[in-house]
Amino acid sequence: MDAALLGLMTVVIGVGGCLAYFYFSNLFLDKVLFPASGPNAGQNINRANQIRPWLFLFPAMFALALYLGYPVFETLRLSLTDRSQGGAFVGLENYNQMFSEPKFWEAMRNNMLWLIVVPATSTAFGLLVAQLTDRIGWGNIAKSIIFMPMAISFVGASVIFKLIYDARPEDSAQIGVLNAVWMNFEGGFGSVLFLKIFPVILLLSFAAIVAYVGYIILKMSGGLWRTLFKLAAGVFVAWMVFLSLKSVLGVATADLPYGEPQNWLTLPFYNNFFLMVVLIWIQTGFAMVILSAALRGIPEETVEAAIVDGANPFQIFFKIKVPQIMPTIVVVWTTITLTVLKVFDIVFAMTNGQWQTQVLANYMYDKLFRANDWGVGSASAIIIMLLVSPILIWNVYNARKEMR
Amino acid sequence: MDNIAGSKSSLTWAVHLSVLFLVVLWIFPTVGLLVSSFRTGDQIATSGWWASLGTSEQSVVYRAKDPDDFREADGDQFVVTGNFFEEEGGSGTVTVWGTSSRAIDAYSAGETADLGDGETFTLDAAGNYEWRGPDDAISGRGQRAFATITAPPEFTLENYDNMLLDPSNSEGMAKAFFNTLTVTIPATIIPIVIAAFAAYALAWMDFPGRALLIAFVVGLLVVPLQLALIPLLKLHLGIGIGKGYLGVWLAHTGFGLPLAIYLLRNYMVGLPRDIIENAKVDGATDFQIFTKIILPLSFPALASFAIFQFLWTWNDLLVAKVFLIDSTGQTTVMTNQITELLGTRGGNWEILATAAFVSIAVPLVVFFAMQRYLVRGLLAGSVK
Repeated sequence: MDAALLGLMTVVIGVGGCLAYFYFSNLFLDKVLFPASGPNAGQNINRANQIRPWLFLFPAMFALALYLGYPVFETLRLSLTDRSQGGAFVGLENYNQMFSEPKFWEAMRNNMLWLIVVPATSTAFGLLVAQLTDRIGWGNIAKSIIFMPMAISFVGASVIFKLIYDARPEDSAQIGVLNAVWMNFEGGFGSVLFLKIFPVILLLSFAAIVAYVGYIILKMSGGLWRTLFKLAAGVFVAWMVFLSLKSVLGVATADLPYGEPQNWLTLPFYNNFFLMVVLIWIQTGFAMVILSAALRGIPEETVEAAIVDGANPFQIFFKIKVPQIMPTIVVVWTTITLTVLKVFDIVFAMTNGQWQTQVLANYMYDKLFRANDWGVGSASAIIIMLLVSPILIWNVYNARKEMR
Repeated sequence: MDNIAGSKSSLTWAVHLSVLFLVVLWIFPTVGLLVSSFRTGDQIATSGWWASLGTSEQSVVYRAKDPDDFREADGDQFVVTGNFFEEEGGSGTVTVWGTSSRAIDAYSAGETADLGDGETFTLDAAGNYEWRGPDDAISGRGQRAFATITAPPEFTLENYDNMLLDPSNSEGMAKAFFNTLTVTIPATIIPIVIAAFAAYALAWMDFPGRALLIAFVVGLLVVPLQLALIPLLKLHLGIGIGKGYLGVWLAHTGFGLPLAIYLLRNYMVGLPRDIIENAKVDGATDFQIFTKIILPLSFPALASFAIFQFLWTWNDLLVAKVFLIDSTGQTTVMTNQITELLGTRGGNWEILATAAFVSIAVPLVVFFAMQRYLVRGLLAGSVK
């Protein structure tokens, strides 16, 4: 219990110290350094007012610089040195070593998979729920429940889903829901419907949506940068469509092991998706809350006008509402993307990167604290930073634009 | 607003049903964990948690008491009587039973089985049995009975008792719970104080470089804290803080500040300018304006951030693992305790479910109590 006492003391000292700092530094500024009296009263007030903002800002800026600013550069430096050689500068050696490790490329591939699937699915579900609950009486209760996983820790959610994925031998009762459901499929019509036709439709619609987004992007006009962006987006979209069509073929021809309980988390490749489900389950609520507010902010006249013109509900949704909340969708998408890039707890708790489920953040943790290789660990942290930086630049750009 | 055209009613049912489906899908996993935490290890291992909500049916093998010690003379015969539920555990109602593993449903409750040689066995629904026969039959080992029992839903608080109240349980959550609390409270309160002053300066004070600082804060919002782990750990070890509560408080404060400043500044900028200018005209100093006007008015934003930071620090694993938990393991937090249990007690769902639910319960209460502020904070944090 003395830790609790220490905690209480820290609160009192921390808060008291902060308040005392702010109060006394102000007092010092006003009474001692630049008193608002005497011959130079006016000048002193001005000077005090020039210094005061920095008094207010100092603790926060100091902490930010020390805890977030400095580490960026220090990590960059560490990634170029080798700990076992006493911190000698080794150039890009750590990066070379990392790039030659299959586990790193596995983590990169999985991270890309996460980056595509989780933000897309969470945003889509969030949008769907936001639109559906908007019209019904008990919508707020429904939203509360779907929002609830936001409060649950990644570790807690991992336990929840491990129970769902649990597998028991074939002859005993299955206690994991997924296997209990799976054991009901035996290859009949229901199995074909749910395990073949349904996923194929899902994949095809994904391909269609990606292609449609690509079409919109390609239609944009603009200068050199836009053209370059269009080119990159076009290649990416084509690749995505190709991948989904390839998986359609794979799903349609797959020979499924009916009647055998599956260890879902050890199935290579597919286990990634079972891990992603956890994050999607958590993040959908976030997407829903924000998109729901955005949907409510749509001017009613636009919707009314569309109805008068005879648009059906789907046209209203996709052609009137979605384009108007596009900026919010982008914000939600990027926010979830950031969460995905940093995902650590889920993989750590559920598979610890085994069975080809490694992701960058867990790879980094492995390197740092298990292999004790600070060089490669820092190098992988820098890779995460590089992946984040487009969003960082975009956010800063938008924030500056907003302030003007 | 879609109902204006009046053609929506056909879709309404579909909407209700799909929302219901999604809600059930979303709450189902959590309910599973909650229900499992109230079941014994045996129950969890033998049937899915969804089966525990209705009456459950299970097959049990019982053996009657040792006849050499317990038989009683009844005329020229001997009898062994007793109750399986009292002697060997279990509860519920016996529906069918049998004396051989090949025919476990040979008799219904209350029937008498003829075992040959004048030996009979009777088992009723309440588990009472009577084994009767001549001297040579009622000897040796006790007669076996294969009973099928239906039991009403049965839940127990035993798991919580074990995990929270048993001080001798080294895997218990009580200590980890208090450790988590010790981490969380200072790590939530201190950043608020620091950020509030900075946010006020960024919102209402004029000085050169303000826009740059705001951009700096916005940029730091997305810096992955993975980058900060090694440099800061080195720093902490270097200046003598080491691994411990102080380190984790400082780390959480640093990592929480960008969001705190951003949220609070966005909120404070929206406060009415008149109030602040009037106060200035009346001779209030910046410090007075801040403490007497801005802070009380900013309560919703403060609450939003407090909830965020609380949830984040309570649920955090990575920062605690790096900055707090040393090799003695005395300062373990709940998330870490759970991941360790996942490794060592992977199959003991009664332990895992209870441990997880203990750690989930507090954030859930906070979430449902203060959902309004959480939503407001989210909107201010991302839609802007």
